[in-house]
Amino acid sequence: MDLAFSKEEIAFREEVRAFFKDNVPPDTRRKLQEGRHLSKDEMVTWWRILNKKGWGVSHWPKEYGGTGWTSVQHYIFNEELQMHPAPAPLAFGVSMVGPVIYTFGNEAQKKQYLPRIANVDDWWCQGFSEPGSGSDLASLKTKAERRGDKYIINGQKTWTTLAQHADMIFCLCRTDNNAKKQMGISFIVFSMKSKGITVRPIETIDGGHEVNEVFFDDVEVPVENLIGEENKGWDYAKFLLGNERTGIARVGVSKERLRRIKDLAAKVESNGKPVLEDQGFREKLAACEIELKALELTQLRVVADEGKHGKGKPNPASSVLKIKGSEIQQTTTELLMEVIGPFAAPYDEHGDDGSNEAMDWTAQIAPSYFNNRKVSIYGGSNEIQRNIITKAVLGL
Amino acid sequence: MDFDLSEEQRLLKESVDGLLNDSYDFEARKKYRTEKGGWSKTVWGKLAEQGLLGLPFSEEDGGFGAGAVETAIVMEAMGKALVLEPYLATVVIAGGFLRHGGSAEQKAAHIPGIIDGSKTFAFAQLEKNSRYDLSDVATTAKKKGAGWVIDGEKFVVINGENADTLIVTARTKGERRDRNGIGVFLVPANAKGIGRKGYPTQDGLHAADITLTGVEVGAEAAIGDPENALDLIERVVDDARTAMCAEAVGAMDESLKSTVEYLKTRKQFGVAIGTFQTLQHRAADMFVAVEQARSMSMFATMAADFDNAKERATAVAAAKVQIGKSLKFVGQQSIQLHGGIGMTQEAKIGHYFKRLTMIENTFGDTDYHLRRVTDAGGLI
Repeated sequence: MDLAFSKEEIAFREEVRAFFKDNVPPDTRRKLQEGRHLSKDEMVTWWRILNKKGWGVSHWPKEYGGTGWTSVQHYIFNEELQMHPAPAPLAFGVSMVGPVIYTFGNEAQKKQYLPRIANVDDWWCQGFSEPGSGSDLASLKTKAERRGDKYIINGQKTWTTLAQHADMIFCLCRTDNNAKKQMGISFIVFSMKSKGITVRPIETIDGGHEVNEVFFDDVEVPVENLIGEENKGWDYAKFLLGNERTGIARVGVSKERLRRIKDLAAKVESNGKPVLEDQGFREKLAACEIELKALELTQLRVVADEGKHGKGKPNPASSVLKIKGSEIQQTTTELLMEVIGPFAAPYDEHGDDGSNEAMDWTAQIAPSYFNNRKVSIYGGSNEIQRNIITKAVLGL
Repeated sequence: MDFDLSEEQRLLKESVDGLLNDSYDFEARKKYRTEKGGWSKTVWGKLAEQGLLGLPFSEEDGGFGAGAVETAIVMEAMGKALVLEPYLATVVIAGGFLRHGGSAEQKAAHIPGIIDGSKTFAFAQLEKNSRYDLSDVATTAKKKGAGWVIDGEKFVVINGENADTLIVTARTKGERRDRNGIGVFLVPANAKGIGRKGYPTQDGLHAADITLTGVEVGAEAAIGDPENALDLIERVVDDARTAMCAEAVGAMDESLKSTVEYLKTRKQFGVAIGTFQTLQHRAADMFVAVEQARSMSMFATMAADFDNAKERATAVAAAKVQIGKSLKFVGQQSIQLHGGIGMTQEAKIGHYFKRLTMIENTFGDTDYHLRRVTDAGGLI
């Protein structure tokens, strides 16, 4: 057993750190630190810088533009990215549909889509959840009917993240009504510019616009847009959801936020001295740091295991990552709320572009606290994660 | 970065698991508790035969030169089996004092008896008002000729009734809570002026309250600097805390396993109670708590090699916080999910709960260590 990174790994970390320092646009970094939303342009600009460096789709196989890094290198890259902080690559393209396409797609699809995903020439969104299908995703109703060389798609998706920016969507559609619910689903990709698509924004609890409803009304999609085999979509969806096990802990994000908490707590006073000097607050902070250290170690155990034994059989400890990772992220946003106390109240109704200097230092803290309630809901709610532990690990 | 055991460590784990599987089922444990001093000389002999009592000592001193990982392997296995024998007091703590602070003569005089199983030790540290503060020492050691005269009272000394030798902390100068002026002394348990009152502890171990009245020892009794041994004491107690973290992980692991087994077999309303989601999710939360504890136990174990003493101490304190939180949850929920049967002496699960609870209250509880991490400025 050995906790230390190798010399090569430490050198790699320095390289990554220096690259972020020199290349992440300062305003992008600041907005992330303050918990603000980024514009499409800001995100795409950064992702193209990353892709130009050859790190845009780092975990893909080399033949499709990946880096061939070890699992420890991937870990270091993600941690540094989250701590800088810089925007993570667009998960819907890079982590979700990309791997499905290079694993199950045909040559033409690989050629057509993969380079455009890497360079974010296409912004992808995910058409999975429906109004009646959240945790019970396989009950989805959106229909794709085969008519000649086309699918005709009707139905509705929801919680579609950043669909307002999207050029493409990957969509789970029912192609066989008579099969058992998991068996009649297909994985179809198509342009968001297709006729018959309506995107309607959902305003979230923090006043932000991250998610949307997407309606399909007789949308015509060429049959060659089916990925893999018809009615095998559920398998691809499971592959997709199981693909990204360690990033979900977001240890670097929580580390970065802890740094911010300490910065702010050193400036804000309570009882005539900085909040950071309050024993009760300091103990809460230390407790959060210990939880985070435990999670980091759990994550490193999973990473080391993958490095040694491959990704085939997930380490049982990986189920801990989502639950604990989300809980800790939420705790950090609570601590920020505690630091600013009554100044949590003002609401900047003009949006979060930072133009209102009077509210600059506190404006995003309450919205970020409200917004972060999502992390224990999305990506398989924490209750679903407990179901997974129950079945897959404990055998109950 | 590597969390796997080496080939030798894997073999060690197999051998200690094998030994305890053969000689330490719950019924056998009940029998050992009734033996003199509350543990089995036969089992202790077997531990010696397999070389487990000599693990951490250098080859030069007759041991195997093993490190913190090996100790953790043994302690985790002992946590699983709820071992009563004084491995922590003798090998980890007394052995630690001798290894980190002992002179060549002290090593030669005491280590062979530990390794061959003929001698056991006890750490007489806790005092009426010292609680978890290792620098709070009222017991005095006064210079007399070349040697020392020790006076004071020590409490809840694990294996205190059985031990051949006591390791006693005593103040050679300064005020009760001064960091300077504390010494560590090897005191024969049968020395004149020692009174021992033995009793069982909540977790089935044995302890003693010990009075020292004008106990005379020679100059060779002092381990390290008799006027400045607190660093040594902290180092050894950190080793003990780390070992107890591993023990707790073993006990939690077994508690979870036993609870899951119970959920699969116990039927109510015509079905196994493990089909109820409320209970499933509780068990899932127990799993999360055990894995987080395991991670921090590994962290503390690997921190034994940190060069920076402050970082090492903070790592151990942080581990004890996580272990404390996890063991409380896992221990309490194990009883809850076992229902009525969990409330009985007859069921093993309650004995895990009791041992875990005593680990929490030994060498600093969760709050105490959280304060240490806080005062050190955190962990991230």
